[in-house]
Amino acid sequence: MNDFSNALSTAFALVTSLDPDLFEIVGLSLEISLSAVVVAAVIGLPAGAALALSRFPGRRPLIIVLNALMGLPPVVVGLIIYLLLSRSGPLGSYGLLFTPTAMVIAQSVLVTPIIAALARQTVADLHEEYDEHLRAIGSGPLQRMATLLWDGRFRLLTAILAGFGRAIAEVGAVLIVGGNILHSTRVMTTTIALETSKGNLALALGLGLILVTLAVSVNAAAMLLGETAHRRYG
Amino acid sequence: MVDLAMDGDTTDSNGLLPLALEAVSYRAGDRALIDQVSFRLEDSRRTVILGPNGAGKSVLLRLCHGMLAPSDGTISWGGSAPAATIKRRGLVLQRPVMLRRSVAANIEHVLKIQGVARDLRRGLVNAALDQAGLEPLAQRQARTLSGGEQQRLAIARAWLLEPAVVLLDEPTANLDPGATRAVEELIIRLGATGAKILMTTHDIAQARRLAEEVMFLHHGRLLEHRPAVEFFAGPRDPDAADFIAGHLIR
Amino acid sequence: MRRGNTRLLWRWLMFSVLVVAWLPSLATAESITVASTTSTENSGLFEYLLPKFEADTGIEARVIAVGTGQAIRVAKNGDADVLFVHHRPSEDAFVAEGYGVKRYAVMHNDFVIVGPASDPAGISGGDDAARALAAIASSASTFASRGDDSGTHKKELSLWQEAGVDPSAANESWYRETGSGMGATLNTASGMDAYALTDRATWIRFGNKGDLVIQTEGDPVLFNPYGVILVDPDRHPHVNAKAGQAFIDWLVSPRGQSLIGDYRIDGQPAFFPDATGAPQIE
Repeated sequence: MNDFSNALSTAFALVTSLDPDLFEIVGLSLEISLSAVVVAAVIGLPAGAALALSRFPGRRPLIIVLNALMGLPPVVVGLIIYLLLSRSGPLGSYGLLFTPTAMVIAQSVLVTPIIAALARQTVADLHEEYDEHLRAIGSGPLQRMATLLWDGRFRLLTAILAGFGRAIAEVGAVLIVGGNILHSTRVMTTTIALETSKGNLALALGLGLILVTLAVSVNAAAMLLGETAHRRYG
Repeated sequence: MVDLAMDGDTTDSNGLLPLALEAVSYRAGDRALIDQVSFRLEDSRRTVILGPNGAGKSVLLRLCHGMLAPSDGTISWGGSAPAATIKRRGLVLQRPVMLRRSVAANIEHVLKIQGVARDLRRGLVNAALDQAGLEPLAQRQARTLSGGEQQRLAIARAWLLEPAVVLLDEPTANLDPGATRAVEELIIRLGATGAKILMTTHDIAQARRLAEEVMFLHHGRLLEHRPAVEFFAGPRDPDAADFIAGHLIR
Repeated sequence: MRRGNTRLLWRWLMFSVLVVAWLPSLATAESITVASTTSTENSGLFEYLLPKFEADTGIEARVIAVGTGQAIRVAKNGDADVLFVHHRPSEDAFVAEGYGVKRYAVMHNDFVIVGPASDPAGISGGDDAARALAAIASSASTFASRGDDSGTHKKELSLWQEAGVDPSAANESWYRETGSGMGATLNTASGMDAYALTDRATWIRFGNKGDLVIQTEGDPVLFNPYGVILVDPDRHPHVNAKAGQAFIDWLVSPRGQSLIGDYRIDGQPAFFPDATGAPQIE
C-alpha cells in the first residue's frame, strides 16, 4: 500500500514540477501512437469498408482472419518488424531500426486490423440500412463507401480510439524495434518497464498513473469534439 | 393486360416515357410474385397502382425502377433499360431512409452523388427545402423528424433534380391523417410541374383522391388498367369491385 | 457550409502529425548506436557519462540496453556501431570471427551474491562464490537466475560448473530462470526471497531490495571486466567507424577513464577504470 501512495505523490510531483524528461517522454509517446493511428485509419477505414461492400470467394475466411488479427501479440509484431528492418534483414538498407519511424510502423501494424475490422462491421450494418436508398439514387461503389464511412463516423471514432488505446498502452513492439534509447526512442511504456526493472516501483506506478490519465484525456477530448461536431453540423 | 385509351397529351421532354412492360414475371423460389404483367404508361397523369397488401405492388415498382431484375419479360423506359436510367427517376419508399445528417445535408447528399458542382448545390438545396416547406427544419438531424416530415424530406430529395418520373411506394402508409394530407399535397404539386407520378397504395380513399389512372394488382396479376373516373364508377374485374367496396379479397 | 474549412483543417492536422512523426528519425547531430547491457544501463553509468561525451565531441551515443547475448547479436547484424559488454570469451570470439575490429579494456567491477537476510543456505559473510552456490544447491534454497544468455548469466553458469552442480539438469524447483534482465530478475528474487548473482553497480542502485542483502563478495572469480569493440566496417560498410572509434578513444582516454572512476552510486564507486596506454584525446 505504501507503494501506491508513493506512486500518487511521485506522479503529482512530476507533473506539477513540469519535469522536462517527463514531457519529452509523453510527447514522444503521443507522437508515435497518434501517427500510427493516422496511418492505420488511412489504410484501415477504406479497406474495412471495401471488405464490407464487396463479394468475392474467400471473403468470409478473410473477415475471420481480420477479426483475429485484432489480437496480434505486440511482442510478435515487434519481432517480425525487427527482423525486417535489421541491417541483415530485407529492408535493412533504410536504416530504420531503433528509430521512432520503426515504432510507428510496428504500432500501425497492430492498430490497422482493429480499425479495419470495426470499420467493416460498421459499414456492413449501415449498408443493410441504406442500400435501397443508395441504389435508388444511383450511387457508385466509391461514393457508397464514402457515404457509409461518413454516416458511421461516431462508431468509427470509437474504433479509432480503441486503436489509439492499444497503441499507447503497448510496450512489446516499441521496445524491440525502438530499443528504448534515452532521448530518442524512449516512450512512457518502455520507461515504466525500465524503472520497474530498476526496482523503482513507485516511480513506475506513478508514470503508469500519468499514462492512464493521458489515455483518458485523449478519449474525453475526442468524445467532446465528436459531440460538439454532432450538435453543430449533424 | 388492358389497353389504355390514349388521351393525346403526352408531355414527356426527357425521353423516359413510355414505360413499357411486356410479359414481366418475377419469381422468388417457386412463387411468382409478379405474373405476366404487361402495360404501357405514356403520359404524365398521376398513375396509382392499387391493390391489397401482398399484391406485389412494391415488387412491381422496384422492377420498374431497376432495383430488381425480372425473371421473364422486358421493361423499358422510352426504349432504355431501367438500371441505365435510374438516376433520372426519383424514388420515395414507405419508410424513408434518413442519413445520419441534417435535413439539408440529406438533400445535398443526393446532389453530390449526382455529381452536381459545389457552387450550384446550395441554391438547389434551398429551393428544395422551400418547396417542401422544410426550411425551418434545415439544420435539424433528419432522424429526429416526425414521420410526416421525414416523408416530405424524402419527396423533396426525389424532386431535387426535376426528374421526369417519380415513383412512390406506399408513401403515407405509416402516417397520421394530418401528415398524410401534407404529403399528398406535396405529391400533387410535384405532379403539377410535369413529372410523371407512379405510386402504389392499398388505401382506396387515397387512390380516389390522387389517381388519374388506376392499375389494379392482385396476386401479382394486373387485373385492370383504366382511367380513375371510369374505374371507380364501376370496376370490371369482380375482385377489384369487391376490393373498392371494402371487402377483404383473397 | 463551413464543412469545407473543417475538412481542410483536418487534412492539415494529419499532415503535420505525419511530418512531426518522421522528423525525429532525421539525425541532426552525428550519432552512433551502442549495443550494451542492461546491467550497465541500470547502473546509471550511461546517463552520467554520455552527455559529457556528446559535449566533448558533438557525437550522440544512442544506447540499446539488452542482454549480452542479444547485444552481440545486434552488433553481428550490423544494427549497432559499437559493442560494449562484459563477457571476455564472447568478446574475443566476436573479434576472432571478424565482426569486430579490436577489443579495448574499459573498466571492471565485481559480481556479488545477494540473498535473504534469513540466509537459509548459511553462506553469509563468505568470500568463496563456488562454495556458496554449492551450499545453496544442497540446501535447495531458491535461486533466481537471469537465464537470458547475458554476461551475468554466463558468469553464473561458469560458477555452477566450478561448484560441480548442474541446477537445471534435474528440473530442480528451487532454481528459477527468469529469462529477464538484471533488474527484473532482482525484482523476482526480492519477491521470492531468493538468492541471485548480480553486478555490484546494479545492486547498489536497485530500488526494490526487500529483504535481500549481500551474502558473498570479494572472490577473485567474481571479477567483472567490461570491453568495448568497434563493429568491423569491412563487414558492415554503413557502420559509422570514425564516430565509433572516437567513442572508444574517448572511453579509454584519461578524461573518460577518470570520469568512469569518479562515478558514484550512493557514495560508493561503481566501476574501476582499466584502460592502459590509451591514445590522447583533445
